[in-house]
Amino acid sequence: MTDAITPAAIPASAAPPRRDIGIKRRYAAERRFRAYGIAAISFGLLFLFLLLWSVVSKGYTAFQQTTITIPVEFSEQIIDPDNERQTDPRKLMTANYPNVARNALAKVLGVSTDDRAALREVNGLISDSIRTQLRDMVIANPAIIGTTQTVSLLAHGNVDSIFKGQVDLTVGEQNRRISDRQVGWMNELSASGALAKQFNAGIFVNGASSRPEAAGVGVALIGSFYMMLIVLVLALPIGVAASIYLEEFAPKNRFTDLIEVNINNLAAVPSIVYGLLGLAVFINFMGLPRSASLVGGLVLTLMTLPTIIIATRAALKAVPPSIRAAALGLGASKMQTIFHHVLPLAMPGILTGTIIGLAHALGETAPLLLIGMVAFVANYPTTPLDPSTALPVQIYMWANEAERAFVERTSGAIIILLLFLLVMNVGAILLRRRFERRW
Amino acid sequence: MNTSILLLILALIGIASYLAGTRRAVALAGGRSSDMHSRPGYYGSYVLIWALLPAALVLALWLAISPLLVNSAVRSEFPEEVRAQPQASQSLAYGMVSTIARGLQVLTPEEREQVTAGTADVRPLLASRGVAIAGDPEPYMMEAAQTLNGLSATSRFGMIATVLAVAIGGLLLAYRRIAPRFRARNQVEKVILGALVVASSIAILTTVGIVFSMLSEAIQFFTMVPASEFFFGTVWDPRFAAAGAADSAGQFGLIPLLAGTLYIGAVAMAVAVPVGLFSAIYMAEYASPRFRSVAKPLLEVLAGIPTIVYGFFALTTVGPFLRDISAQINELATGNYQNFIQAQSVITAGFVMGIMLIPYVSSLSDDIITAVPRALRDGSLGLGATKSETIKRVVLPAALPGIVGAILMTASRAIGETMIVVLAAGVAARMQFDPFEPMTTVTVKIVSQLTGDLEFTSPQTLVAFALGITLFTITLCLNIYALYIVRKYREQYE
Repeated sequence: MTDAITPAAIPASAAPPRRDIGIKRRYAAERRFRAYGIAAISFGLLFLFLLLWSVVSKGYTAFQQTTITIPVEFSEQIIDPDNERQTDPRKLMTANYPNVARNALAKVLGVSTDDRAALREVNGLISDSIRTQLRDMVIANPAIIGTTQTVSLLAHGNVDSIFKGQVDLTVGEQNRRISDRQVGWMNELSASGALAKQFNAGIFVNGASSRPEAAGVGVALIGSFYMMLIVLVLALPIGVAASIYLEEFAPKNRFTDLIEVNINNLAAVPSIVYGLLGLAVFINFMGLPRSASLVGGLVLTLMTLPTIIIATRAALKAVPPSIRAAALGLGASKMQTIFHHVLPLAMPGILTGTIIGLAHALGETAPLLLIGMVAFVANYPTTPLDPSTALPVQIYMWANEAERAFVERTSGAIIILLLFLLVMNVGAILLRRRFERRW
Repeated sequence: MNTSILLLILALIGIASYLAGTRRAVALAGGRSSDMHSRPGYYGSYVLIWALLPAALVLALWLAISPLLVNSAVRSEFPEEVRAQPQASQSLAYGMVSTIARGLQVLTPEEREQVTAGTADVRPLLASRGVAIAGDPEPYMMEAAQTLNGLSATSRFGMIATVLAVAIGGLLLAYRRIAPRFRARNQVEKVILGALVVASSIAILTTVGIVFSMLSEAIQFFTMVPASEFFFGTVWDPRFAAAGAADSAGQFGLIPLLAGTLYIGAVAMAVAVPVGLFSAIYMAEYASPRFRSVAKPLLEVLAGIPTIVYGFFALTTVGPFLRDISAQINELATGNYQNFIQAQSVITAGFVMGIMLIPYVSSLSDDIITAVPRALRDGSLGLGATKSETIKRVVLPAALPGIVGAILMTASRAIGETMIVVLAAGVAARMQFDPFEPMTTVTVKIVSQLTGDLEFTSPQTLVAFALGITLFTITLCLNIYALYIVRKYREQYE
């Protein structure tokens, strides 16, 4: 395009020579300016991609877990040598199940039960969490004592990392947590098909554990669920009621102006300040329990309220005045006009705003740290008053763990969190598409 | 009968009152609904409100006040030497008493008799029922526990009786008022309006709660540490809170934390403002609608990703990457493979935070740039300016106040951001200018002072509230000023 106006392209006879207004330079500047814009957008999108890729590439392996499937002999000599289980049921709870598993694996690997050093290394292949696994099996069905069952034992976290190829095996033996002999056994087991990756249901159901292979987000999911429920039950009605008042009833005076400014500011208050509020008011003053999802839910409710109020007011404002005029003209009271006509028409917008507010609350971490949700909780909370954690807090705790296998867990948990957020946001978009009405 | 059964009974009373009110209204009108002032449902709702609202208020008040009264009554029965002890150990004693009281209720009557007669040992007995007591109870505690149980039972009985009486009284009162010309709808709507007002004042209450809760704790802090030492101190060294230790007072200087906060915030803004602004300009002025409809939501995904994910990204990807690349550069330059960027550093935290802030700058500025009137652009283009000249010389100056407002709002986010800096900025509170070294922020210190065991009497805990109110004040000022600018700007073109 610029060629057309360069002096060379214009026949000298056809027109007088044009004054040089630096058009070339100016057009170059124009192109540069555009390029900056494209570069800026690409920069943002590049980092979005990098962020997601780094999480997914680190985390997708967390949904598979290495197990060792071998025949396990539930030997009576180890579990209950003195045959006391009829008289003392606690005997089965405290039996030496790790030895049962170790001996079974030693048998498969052909290690003599007298070779203590080798047995210790055999034990290093399996997770400590098989204690509960085997115990639960025996307690559910004590008849299996004395029989041999094929059991999938959870492999140790180090074995899991090596089997997934996350550990550099060229490093000297003394600098690794797994010895060459153990690696040899792993290859042996893997060749026979005993050592294999299975879908890791544990990450969804297990509670906190100091062993990465047995750690899961089960407790955190329940805690987050309770909190979302509390936020929904409290923030939606209160937010809608407040917006209706401000949008439809409030007289224009100092007080409503104050509320207006207030809500706008509350939406911009750093989330950690809400944590301080929760700590001082709900825990210190009202005496609610620490680490409880009830307190977390209340704090997140206060945090989400401004978002919902702002969205609801926008939705109410979008309903045309003709609807109100028609209802009022037919003799409806103001209250009837709003609750029978305006509110139902504004509902899609309100719900969209609520879902977005909920998604925001689901990913919020900082205020929850202050009210003691950073807790090692292994048991499911049965009520919102029980100690629990939340999904983002669980991610925070795992991110602080040093072990390699926890990086994978953390990324896995982030994938779960992002999937939840994706579902909520897509839901909000679909809701808007489906019910949006242009007046 | 416990509180949840009471609530169930109240719910049943509510349903019954609604039905009764509706029926009576219909019956009084003799089937001619045109004779009634309001529709039958409103009469029902009126009776329902009278039955439940006063009862619920009484219930809430009783639940809030009765434990306090019982508490003080039980404590006044403590022996002299216990009451002479400091408040903390009294609370401990009361805690044990209430545990014993709870434990006594799970025992069978025979066991309870043995325990009160002193023939059975309380602690192992309760432990076998899953109630663990902190220490061996003293004799006065047993008595106090029984008093506590007695008082609680009395209080609960009184509560149930009063609440039910109020509910039924209200029901009857409202039921008798129903008449065909009675303006039930207006009454019900008044109550609804009241509820709406209460809901909207929760926003005010939240602000008041924030300010008062933080102020009261912060004032308590300032009685232990002078305000001048906090605001102008240059050393942050809070030490540990040792119970009762007098020499555990540390130094609480705000300046290093504030310096770190502002430094990291500045790095973040240095990334976010140019990128966000250029994205906004491109989206608003150049992009085709199709490109815009894809790129804008994608860029806004950055704002929807939780900050903990950014923190993890900084901790595991950006930090190590910068560390390794700096080591490589150093090797090329000096032949010494030694990193000069720490994995946790100002630059790591600031850069990742900047990425997070891009969509805030871009979508706010986008709105503002689009709001600049078309006529200004047309005038400039008509005079022969290129598009970029129009943007630089006409559109941006016109939009400048709004953009400044947007940048201030983004800056307040950067200052209040927590999770990224907790994971990526480090915890060392020091004052220095090297962006490749770790620094710490106000938010990091709030988190680190408040995780773990808390004691609301030590300056180590209370300092978090002083930090919190500082943070709140800074962000509040930034936001109010930004809102003011944006509002003023908007009026200019309306």
